[in-house]
Formats: sequence, C-alpha cells, structure tokens
Amino acid sequence: MDKNLLNYTIRLGDNCLVLGQRMSMWCSNGPTLEEDIALANISLDLFGQATAFYSFAEEIDNKNTADDIAFKRDANKFSNYLIVELENTNFGFTIVRNFFFDCFQFLFYERLKKSDCKNLSDIAYKSIKEVKYHLRHSTNWLIRLGDGTDQSNRKVQNALNEIWKYTDELFELDDLDQLMISNGVGVDSSEFKSEWKNLVDKALVEAKLKIPQNTKMISGGKQGKHTNSFTELISEMQHIPRKYPDAKW
Amino acid sequence: MLEENSEVWEVFIQSKNGLAHKHVGNLHASDKKMALENARDLYTRRNEGSCIWVVKSTDIVSSESEDSEAFFDPSNDKMYRHPTFYKMPDGAKHI
Amino acid sequence: MSEIIFQERIEAEKKIEPKDWMPEKYRKHLIRQISQHAHSEIIGMQPEGEWITRAPSLRSKMILLAKVQDEAGHGLYLYSACETLGISREELVNQLHNQEAKYSSIFNYPTLSWADVGAIGWLVDGAAIVNQVSLQRTSYGPYSRGMVKICKEESFHQRQGYEIMTEMAKGTKEQKEMAQDALNRFWWPSIMMFGPHDSDSPNSGNAMKWKIKRQTNDELRQSFIDKTVPQAEIIGLKIPDPDLKWNEERGHYDFGEIDWNEFWKVVNGNGPCNEQRLKHHKKAHDEGRWVRDAAKAYAKKISN
Repeated sequence: MDKNLLNYTIRLGDNCLVLGQRMSMWCSNGPTLEEDIALANISLDLFGQATAFYSFAEEIDNKNTADDIAFKRDANKFSNYLIVELENTNFGFTIVRNFFFDCFQFLFYERLKKSDCKNLSDIAYKSIKEVKYHLRHSTNWLIRLGDGTDQSNRKVQNALNEIWKYTDELFELDDLDQLMISNGVGVDSSEFKSEWKNLVDKALVEAKLKIPQNTKMISGGKQGKHTNSFTELISEMQHIPRKYPDAKW
Repeated sequence: MLEENSEVWEVFIQSKNGLAHKHVGNLHASDKKMALENARDLYTRRNEGSCIWVVKSTDIVSSESEDSEAFFDPSNDKMYRHPTFYKMPDGAKHI
Repeated sequence: MSEIIFQERIEAEKKIEPKDWMPEKYRKHLIRQISQHAHSEIIGMQPEGEWITRAPSLRSKMILLAKVQDEAGHGLYLYSACETLGISREELVNQLHNQEAKYSSIFNYPTLSWADVGAIGWLVDGAAIVNQVSLQRTSYGPYSRGMVKICKEESFHQRQGYEIMTEMAKGTKEQKEMAQDALNRFWWPSIMMFGPHDSDSPNSGNAMKWKIKRQTNDELRQSFIDKTVPQAEIIGLKIPDPDLKWNEERGHYDFGEIDWNEFWKVVNGNGPCNEQRLKHHKKAHDEGRWVRDAAKAYAKKISN
C-alpha cells in the first residue's frame, strides 16, 4: 500500500468535503431562492469530488471505506486548508472565501490533469468543469457585491481583510507535497502563485476591492492544526456514525 | 432602500442539439448573466439542456386571446395548404 | 357572458391561460392555493435541511441535499405560476411573513432523528405525490404544467425516504426503534395533510366546479392510505392506528378517526414549530436584503 499516495489523496478529498459541508449550511438560508439552489449545486459538486477522492483512497487502503475516511477520523487528522473551514459568516464572506479557493482549485486541477496517477488525473478532468462554474459564480457575485452599493462594498472589503491571511497557505508545500511532486503525481502550487495573484487582482479591480497590507499569514491545516469552529463542524458531521458504530446507513 | 422586486425572466431550454427551444418557466434575477446561471441551476439539473435562452418577461410580445378568432380561425379553412388535400393517382410515388 | 364562456371552457377540459378572462374569485382562489403550495415547498426545506450536515453517509448526504434543493426548485416553479396571476414574488413573501398565507401544517412538526428524514420522504412526499398527480389535470395552465414537472421529480423523493426506512427497519435494534418511532410521530400528521373532510372544507365546492381540484380530500386520503399500508408491512413497521383494517367489501382500508383538535390547533399556528419556521424564513430574507440590493444596484449601473 502506497501510504504517501493514500494520504495525498485524502488531503485533496478533505478540502472538498469541508468546503462542501460549509456550503450545505446555506440550504434554506440563501439571499434568494435562486441562490439557494445555486449554492446547493456547488455543495453537491464538492461532495461529489470528495467522494471521488475518498473512493480512490478506499481502493489504495483496502481497509477503510470512503465513509470511514469521512466519518471516523478525528478533527486533527483532517488535512484541509484553513480557508475552506472558515465559518460562512455572511453571504459576502462566503463569496470572497470561495472566490480565492475557486481560483486556486481551477489552477490546481489544470495541473492535476497531468498527474502520472491516472485516478487523480481522471478526477481532475471531471472536477475542473465544475470548478469553472464555481469560479464563474463566485467571480460574478464578487463583482456585484464589490461594485453594488456602498454597504455591500464595505461588507465584502471587511470579509476580504479577514480572509486574506489564509491565502498564503494554499501555496505552501510540505514534505508530502515535495515527495508527490518529485514522483510526478502531485501538483506544485507554489509554481502558480503569481498566476493566481493575477487572476485575483483582475477581479478585485472590477469589484472595487483592495488587498490589505502587512498581513500576518496563518497556516496549519496540513498539520492538523485547525481553527476553533472546526471541531464543531467535524463533530456535527460525524455524530450519528460515531454514536452507532455498528449501524449501516 | 431599493424597491425589492427584481426582474422576471422567461426561460427557454433546448434539450438536445437540433431541437427547438421550449419554454419551461420563469425566474427572478437582476441582470442577464445571473438570469442565465440561475436558469442553468433551476432547469437543467437532470441533464435536460444543451442551450438556454433567457428573455425579460416584459420583452415578450403576445397575441391577445380576444384576437384569436381573427388571428387563427382564417387558417382553419384553407385546407389546400395541407398535402392531404390533394388526390394523387394510384401508384404515383415520391410525391 | 364571459362567465358562461369561461365555464364552458372548464367543462370542455380546456386550459385557462394567464391572458384569458377569469372570474375574480377563480383568480383569488388560485393565488391562495398556488402560493400556499409554494410556501409549503420552501418551509419544507427546513425540517429536512437541518439534517444535511448530519447525514450519516456521503451518499445519503448528497441525496438529501439534492432532494431539498428540488423542493426549492418546486417552490420556484409554483411562485412563477402564481405570479402569472398578477401578484409579485415580494407580495407573496410578505403574505407568508404576515401569516395571511399558510403552508402545509406537516412542516410545523420537528425532525427529531435521522429516521424522521426517512419518514418525511416516504410519507409526506408520498402524500404530496397523491395530491400532485391529481393536480396535473388542474384547469389553470401554468399550475398544471408546474405540477407535471414537479411530479416527474417527486418520485425520487419518496424512494429516498422509503430507502432510509427500509435500511433502518432491517438494521440494528436501535435503528429499528428509531424508524418505528418516526412512523409513530409522522403517520397521523401525514394523513391530515389531505385536509378536513370535504363537508368541513369551505372552498371545496368552487374548487371542484372550476376543476382546480379534481378529487376530494377524502378520496385522496383513502388512496394514500391504501398505497402506504402494504409498504409499511413489507419492511416490518407498524402503523400506529388500532382501527386500521382491510375492508373487503369496500376494497379499501378502514382507518381510525383523525384528531381534528390537533389538526386545527396546528393549522391555526399553535404547532410545535410554527414560530421557528417563520422566524427562520424571515431571518434569511432580512439577512439577504443587502445582497439583493447590491445585485440591483449593479444591474442599474451596467444598463446605464
């Protein structure tokens, strides 16, 4: 069993699962009914991607199922980026967070398509179509909120100021990343940081928003060091399977 | 505070390449980009679309039902427009 | 004169379309019925939506989310049909918030366990299907077409719920108890969904005359019970009605008397979750106002 491939795959699934879980919390809470449906679609895509990654992990592991991976690991074993676990806060906050991550995922999956691991490459081919749509959605809203009313501009600027500190982590590589990059399977995200920045800058100009200066960046997701609300997210998600370990659902 | 009501858009979906667009309903959106995306999310979740049109409801021009007699009845008695009106000799093919 | 022509069209099973002349009472009746149907779909998202984050498997999570998303879509089709009668979405939402308009009382009950999600899909969507299949032949065109679309999507909803109940009924002891408990709590509210006896229903007369309604409350309720009892038997769950019995002569199940006090209590706003449901809806609406304002402001900027 290739433990490195297993952990790398689970990591990719974690980002999708955690963001999917956050997005699903918008159900019946959207600013319009149409938007409720759009956000649910995004959440479904993300859960689908998580399932694809975890199903591949199940094959590699040959012991734990995709559901075991999702529902039976402790919070500190999850290795998602911090940015995806941030609380939704308000619609503007969600859009800004999603926009940064969607830009990243788009560039990431573009490169994952070329992975020497066929399973991961296949997942990337399918997922990038969904991510293109997510990016379109978050970009459109970023612009409408940034260039809407004074109030909306203020709200998303505040959100941006708060979220910016979680963006550097997207481009940090740890030992596992380095190993997977060197064997042709993984993606070197540090390599596309400037491309990401250009995409982001372009949209921010149109949205009349500014990047905050002198930000102290925060990371720790890959080491299992998560934010305060993460434990609650995981415990809510895992509650039933943990309470009834012998039950099948 | 801006007035709450947003624009209503009628949605037409082409389910497969080659077929005509069909009216499926309407939705609310503030601009055409949003309208198109909302239509995609609302009306094509079950793989029912290859092309979407959205049109502002206020741009639709409709015939009035009180005019339907004058508009549509005259076409009722011009059977010579239908191929079945014509008697063909037995045995004649491809005509 | 118009009234006679209108009634002739109804008798001839012709559809009434938005631009056709219609009696004011017909218009008002439809606005009330369609909007309340729409509100029900939207409020119904809440008791099930609560369980999406807690769904016990990846598959059941996605299925539930897709189902609740469909309910939002159904609400949209119905608001859309209702607006063709000359009322705006905003007015409809206000009516819901002011409690001028009602929604289906079943959603004023809480969902206390994952089994409740199964019970709702199986029983509540099951009851809705019986009602909606009948409404496909309703006289108002946009409503009828909306119903056809909704019916196509609704059967996966019922299957989703029944599948959950089936798995639990054959699962661990705790799962089976949870499933039976859910059935015990949702059975009577589900059959109450069909409304009072027609003799006690003030709007029934016109609704039948104008072919808005195609079958009586009691007929629909009987149809639902006849379909559902065998489904419970197959998976080994017991319906909480000691008077439930197959009647060979009638060719239908006999069943016990509904607690009409409970029914009217919940319809009139004193159910366990009435306040919570409306509060949730108002909160989402209020918190979204700045977003809707921004979208409109932007649209105005780009059109200039």
